[in-house]
Amino acid sequence: MSAAITARGLARRFGPVVAVAGIDLDVPRAQIYGFLGPNGSGKSTTIRMLCGLLVPTRGTVSVLGHPVPRDAEVVRRKLGYMTQRFSLWDDLTVAENLDFMARVYGLDRGLRCERVAARIAGYALGAAAGQRAGTLSGGERQRLALAAATLHEPELLLLDEPTSAVDPQSRRDFWESLFALVARGTTILVSTHYMDEAERCHRLAILDRGRISAEGTPRELARDIDAVVIEIEAEDLLAARRALAALPEVRSVAQLGHRLHVLLSRDAAEPGRRVAAALAGHCPDARIERVGATLEDVFVAATRLKDGPATERVA
Amino acid sequence: MSWLERLAAIAIKETRQLARDRITVGLIVGIPTIQLLLFGYAINYDVRDVSTVVLDQARTSLSRRLVGDLGATQVLGGIRQAGSEAGLRRAMQRGEANVGIVIPADLERRIAEGRRPALQILVDGSQPALENVAQGLGAMPLLRRAGELPAPKPVEILVAYNPERRTAVQIVPALCGVILTMTMVVFTASAIVRERERGNLELLITTPVTRGQLMAGKLLPYVAIGLIQTTLILLLGWWLFDVPVAGSLVDLYLGALLFIAASLSLGLFISTLAQTQFQAMQMAIVTMLPSILMSGFMFPFEGMPAIAQAIAQVLPLTHFNEIIRGIVLRGARLTDMQPELAKLAVFLVVMLALSVARFRKRLD
Ligand SMILES: Nc1ncnc2c1ncn2[C@@H]1O[C@H](COP(=O)(O)OP(=O)(O)OP(=O)(O)O)[C@@H](O)[C@H]1O
Ligand SMILES: [Mg+2]
Repeated sequence: MSAAITARGLARRFGPVVAVAGIDLDVPRAQIYGFLGPNGSGKSTTIRMLCGLLVPTRGTVSVLGHPVPRDAEVVRRKLGYMTQRFSLWDDLTVAENLDFMARVYGLDRGLRCERVAARIAGYALGAAAGQRAGTLSGGERQRLALAAATLHEPELLLLDEPTSAVDPQSRRDFWESLFALVARGTTILVSTHYMDEAERCHRLAILDRGRISAEGTPRELARDIDAVVIEIEAEDLLAARRALAALPEVRSVAQLGHRLHVLLSRDAAEPGRRVAAALAGHCPDARIERVGATLEDVFVAATRLKDGPATERVA
Repeated sequence: MSWLERLAAIAIKETRQLARDRITVGLIVGIPTIQLLLFGYAINYDVRDVSTVVLDQARTSLSRRLVGDLGATQVLGGIRQAGSEAGLRRAMQRGEANVGIVIPADLERRIAEGRRPALQILVDGSQPALENVAQGLGAMPLLRRAGELPAPKPVEILVAYNPERRTAVQIVPALCGVILTMTMVVFTASAIVRERERGNLELLITTPVTRGQLMAGKLLPYVAIGLIQTTLILLLGWWLFDVPVAGSLVDLYLGALLFIAASLSLGLFISTLAQTQFQAMQMAIVTMLPSILMSGFMFPFEGMPAIAQAIAQVLPLTHFNEIIRGIVLRGARLTDMQPELAKLAVFLVVMLALSVARFRKRLD
């Protein structure tokens, strides 16, 4: 079967602002595909172009085999969309919101009642069914939004930062329900800021200023990272930090408790040796260890170092 | 599931939200009631008891009788005497009197000669309504009473359809259109823009619902509200101000329905232009003011400059005023109102077409 989403050279500008600067995308079916990127990197804009809400400035999109925006109406029947901002109706109850969305998706009476009841039960909304959506907690609201987006059993779910303002336990539960949907063949595209969520995706694209700066499975991304990661343990971490700042190949330093987590350019020859030499004068007790990259390292390497070679594509 | 069912889903949702919005429900009933009470009791084209200052330089029995006559008309009231011309002017300047009457010392001779004016009446021109008073006083057959000379009988004006010349009879039907204009345009425009502002529209337009279903479903509840308001105004007008409907109620409601649809379509069009409820409100006011000022509600249509009359031709309220006045006051039938109906229909179709053309199931 063809990919759920294919995009080539997709770009969108708002006046002088380039929100999306030409991206290629292949989202396989029945998987969770993640968009990881900082604020303003173009995640929402890309998702909106995929569901025909925004017309691309350049490039082509095909969703579930249909060109968009031309066939947006066909695609909309097979698509569920969870907006970044809660956009069901605050002054309607949970049950009324679901019933309305079921009608809008054209489910006939029997199916409608059955689905609404199933979603209320499946997303633990029973206690809140008669409550106005505006008074729900963050977690309930997000479950309601997902319940509404899945009423018509869409083939493709587009979720724009679904778990912002949700506690960790609710996030876990939420991801369990996403995997349940994937098991039934649904394709899910989800944008996020959270590393632990990105880690759970089958595949991942890291967006930075409108470009995909890295793409692959989380494991591939960590393996192919365009940097060397070392950790330093020392008595005086402040002095170590100062010493590292003098090295041009150091891209980022983050403190993790008693250790410093350091990202170095890959092109530096024998990075461990150079770091050891730099530290020798300042903190002789420093222990240097080369470690495997985490997804956060990948994210930092792919986004924050704007001028370095890391903005080139990794995979 | 049919086309209509999806439309109904939107209409039901809208009605449900409306019913829960206590302030809006209050406004639906409150605006017509308050406006009708305010305007019905406050606007009065019949001028009475205008404060007057008299400078009687003649001080004869004839001059005293003249002053008595003026007071007897009830148009002038609280008549005070001034000692000098300066005193009279001061009284008018201070606003203590709106009309000043100067009776010259040679009153009798002036009447006998009949060439020079017998009286001088000064009117405060800063108060527009008083000009009519001056004209009325000028035409008063004062001199006949004086018995010296046969004065020409002033033209008698017969007022048809409102024989007692009660202002309420003119105000109630006119207010019906004004109130519908005020509520219908604002309600629809803000109902749609509110969903855009709150982000509901982004979700809604990503569903299979069509533009037509979305627009019609949102407008339908407001059609019902417009008809409820019309009923309320007519009932209050009949009950409080004794204004009956001379023509057929069916005709009246059909005319109102067309006008409501035209006003809603204007609100719909505004909603396709505005990004925020505040903008929608401003735009609604921009269309409301000319409607109220130029449709003949405030000022007589005939007296307006050509450009204003041309603008008024575009406004639905102008035509609805004609229709409702005809049906309520003159007992006219809808078939007598074809030009007005046609103009309303054209407005409706053009606004709907513009709205459909502008409303896209997109964000850009
Ligand atoms: N309608 C718009 N008009 C003008 N600029 C816009 C519009 N929508 C987005 N942008 C700009 O495009 C860029 C990308 O925005 P986008 O919302 O896609 O980012 P994002 O990755 O979703 O960010 P966040 O994580 O904060 O949601 C930003 O610089 C934003 O200011
Ligand atoms: Mg976003």
